[in-house]
Amino acid sequence: MYDLNSALFTDYALKLRTIHLPQHSSGRYQPFAAFDLPTGTVISKTFFYQTDTNGNIKLDGVWNGDPSELGSESTRLIETRLLIKQEHGWDALPYVWHGEDADLAITGALLSLPVAPDRRINYLVPSRNQCAGCHATNHSNGEILPIGIKARHLNRKNPVTHQSQLLEWQNRGWLSHIPKLTEIPRNAPLDGSGELAHRARSYLDINCGHCHSTTGAADTSGLFLDYRPHDAASLGVCKPPIAAGKGTGGHLYSIVPGKANESILSFRMKSEDPASMMPELGRSLSHTQGAKLIDEWIDSLTGQCR
Amino acid sequence: MQFRTVLTMSLCVTLAACGGNTEPPPAVSSTNFSDTLRTALETASEGDVIDIPTGTFEFKRSLTLNTDGVTIRGAGMDKSILSFKGQIAGAEGLAVNASNFTIEDLAIQDTIGDALKVNEGSNIVIRRVRTEWTRGPNVNNGAYGIYPVQTTHTLIEDSVAIGASDAGIYVGQSQHVVVRNNRAEFNVAGIEIENTVHADVYGNTATNNTGGILVFNMPQIPLRGHSTRVYNNDIISNNTKNFAAPGTAVSGVPAGAGIVINSNDRVEVFENRISNNNTANILVSSYFSVNYAGQRELATEFDPYPEEIFIYDNEFSGGGSIPGRDELVRVRDSVYGVDGALPDIIWDGIVNPNKAADLAVICVDNGSAEVLNVDTENQFANPRVNMDNHNCTMDKLPPVVLGGR
Repeated sequence: MYDLNSALFTDYALKLRTIHLPQHSSGRYQPFAAFDLPTGTVISKTFFYQTDTNGNIKLDGVWNGDPSELGSESTRLIETRLLIKQEHGWDALPYVWHGEDADLAITGALLSLPVAPDRRINYLVPSRNQCAGCHATNHSNGEILPIGIKARHLNRKNPVTHQSQLLEWQNRGWLSHIPKLTEIPRNAPLDGSGELAHRARSYLDINCGHCHSTTGAADTSGLFLDYRPHDAASLGVCKPPIAAGKGTGGHLYSIVPGKANESILSFRMKSEDPASMMPELGRSLSHTQGAKLIDEWIDSLTGQCR
Repeated sequence: MQFRTVLTMSLCVTLAACGGNTEPPPAVSSTNFSDTLRTALETASEGDVIDIPTGTFEFKRSLTLNTDGVTIRGAGMDKSILSFKGQIAGAEGLAVNASNFTIEDLAIQDTIGDALKVNEGSNIVIRRVRTEWTRGPNVNNGAYGIYPVQTTHTLIEDSVAIGASDAGIYVGQSQHVVVRNNRAEFNVAGIEIENTVHADVYGNTATNNTGGILVFNMPQIPLRGHSTRVYNNDIISNNTKNFAAPGTAVSGVPAGAGIVINSNDRVEVFENRISNNNTANILVSSYFSVNYAGQRELATEFDPYPEEIFIYDNEFSGGGSIPGRDELVRVRDSVYGVDGALPDIIWDGIVNPNKAADLAVICVDNGSAEVLNVDTENQFANPRVNMDNHNCTMDKLPPVVLGGR
């Protein structure tokens, strides 16, 4: 079991993440890319919600990392996504829970989940091809890779043992070539007290960077939000949209320094219209906290678009 | 039912926008086939032919294909209909991330975002496909109908695109492209070629769009477009009010634009029939003068100036009498009088200051057709015609040759 510094937003679902490596096998540390992991590695991510007594899911649930809670009556399991390293590469497999059983759902699913007596949300379980939509981080070759299994996301304490996750992995013999902890990059948690720009870039990195990179599916946009050292225009500062359609929200630039309310980036994060919102898949709700962080960051930027 | 069928057919006779004029497919949706199709796309193997039967099939979320070498084949663009009217998830109808892909003889309707997006891949064939938003022009329609981006060796033919809030047929960041014998109507941009190298656009009909055929370059994109031939098209009465979302590139296109060339180079426009486009039959402009961003600070590698534009042997008629932008109305009034019309070709007149003053930007060999420099740089102060500046010729571009298949 492990956790990430800053996580992909998925309609406020809580997530249990596990990784298993075959015995006597080891992965290799990478400073920026996903770690190289051996054949037979299985990564799982289980999405669940806490529920109230009427079975409505809670969008403000807090989980302390205790796995036994997932079997309790006040929890509703939704889906489990597996990434399995085969001889030929990674396979992505979505499973949907029906009570206590989960069935493979290659085509994904669209679930209607009750939030309140008079309100439901449309929860999308991605199909296998849609998994690749994010996990084929090099869109040209289409190879599926893990996204969270990177040094900067994992460099934190394990939620249960409170020990450094990377050192734990190293001690288990799961990871070779680890540098000193002080030399390992570390993304900031969303709600931490870290530097604003670092928290904002960390959030964009895990939520947008798998597509918005120079190799990703969204390289067509010229907007790059992964945590590489991009110039201001590539990060969106005073950058006109390419093919945003009504995703512009009527705005001229991805980021107008000091003006989140005139920035396309902010608009698309707050939108819940599938034709306008970003990310395109994986949420039906806007992430209040994430959008607020990006607003604060944009409002803190100085400069003018001419 | 019988009555309804007859009524629909009689309406189709009179309405150009009507998608189909053969018998409409049964309105009953087959949920079963919708699931079958999704499974076929998710489990496809190279070489698969996925047949879409006659019928209207409804989808609430987008479809995705990632396998090379697949053909999707319907029974006809008015018979096999993928309807996304109730779509609640996904940014497009069908998203394809694959090469050696063929799609033909079907329709994709009423998607919440783009209808058919092909992102990367080579040897793409889109044939007799209709993309349509059935409610007609509306800002809430999806942006693009047929939308290949970062593709090579791409053929779009005999297709129909209606109602896109950006471009009906939009080819972006692609190389070696043929767009022929299509019909684009009631889109903001009928056909748009953007940041694309080697495109042939011919035999198409673009009518009732805001702008008929656009050849654009945008900044912040690695592939700088050039070498597009636009010929033997019918570009008629593209006067629909611009209904694009503000902020998009095409939201700056004035209603009544036949062909618009913006910031692109080596564009050849010949043997088209271009008529009754109320701003002008052809507009040539730099990135500066299109009102979408207004920015003058651009990355140094971006060339905002249109150059090597060659216009010849087109048949022009009408147009120019109701310019779609206030500044152009004033230009028309001052030069041609309130009852006059702008000439067939208007140009913003903005040229690269670092190049020789006598560099020919636009060559015209088109009978009596004139170019009006509207003098955008000086706030339209001195609009003028000087055909001596355009009395030149350029080497003609070779035809696009599609490789692969």
